[in-house]
Amino acid sequence: MLIFKLLLVGLGGFCGAILRYAVSRWIENRKSSTLPTATLIVNIAGSFLLGILIGLDLTKTWFLLCGTGILGAFTTFSTFKLEAIQLHINKRWKGFIYYVLASYFFGICLAYTGFKLGRWFML
Amino acid sequence: MIYLYVGIGGFIGASLRYLVGVLLTGPDQWFPYSTLAVNLSGSFILAWFTIGLVERYALSAEWKAALGTGLVGSYTTFSTLSMDAVLLYERGDLFLSSLYVFISIGGGLVLSLLGFHFGKRRNAAC
Repeated sequence: MLIFKLLLVGLGGFCGAILRYAVSRWIENRKSSTLPTATLIVNIAGSFLLGILIGLDLTKTWFLLCGTGILGAFTTFSTFKLEAIQLHINKRWKGFIYYVLASYFFGICLAYTGFKLGRWFML
Repeated sequence: MIYLYVGIGGFIGASLRYLVGVLLTGPDQWFPYSTLAVNLSGSFILAWFTIGLVERYALSAEWKAALGTGLVGSYTTFSTLSMDAVLLYERGDLFLSSLYVFISIGGGLVLSLLGFHFGKRRNAAC
């Protein structure tokens, strides 16, 4: 049933990628800061939501669609690293350090918070 | 229309990520190396693609969105990385959790930088 699982994840990926693109464009049109805040917001929000999903202990099928698919594609690692490298290459050290630290710190803290929240709902 | 291209790229990217996970996940999953493998390889590919291919072949915005934002963007993930770190910590493996985050930070930056220079050099050679 690998093909069925791939289709589920793919379908979620389709939605997640479009969502990321839409949210990023929406944020970029509204912000005045020169830091890549769009990717930062998408990544930490997605980490929080995935924490909730894992805490809720969904069935495998639902998790493939919503977790691996939608939230997996909604958040991104490659764009985040490329933006960080571009800050580094343009010698914007403060922005570079701030961007990297904020992503990991808030991403992990919010994933943890979401996870605990999901667990609490299951009680 | 560009949204559809991003979506199709996302479909392929997420499926690929899942496939790599299926291939790399053993029965004794003590360390989330499949997420790491996907994220590190994707960081290299995106930087190389953005700096190398897009500029060299003057790719259209549609292609850039489909391949970069959609495919590679969805192939890599940040939410799973955060949760991997949390679950390792919850399991009592604070050392492994820190190591995992450390490799993601350092490895991702190094590979992205490598992709960046690789793409630039290829451009200069033309």
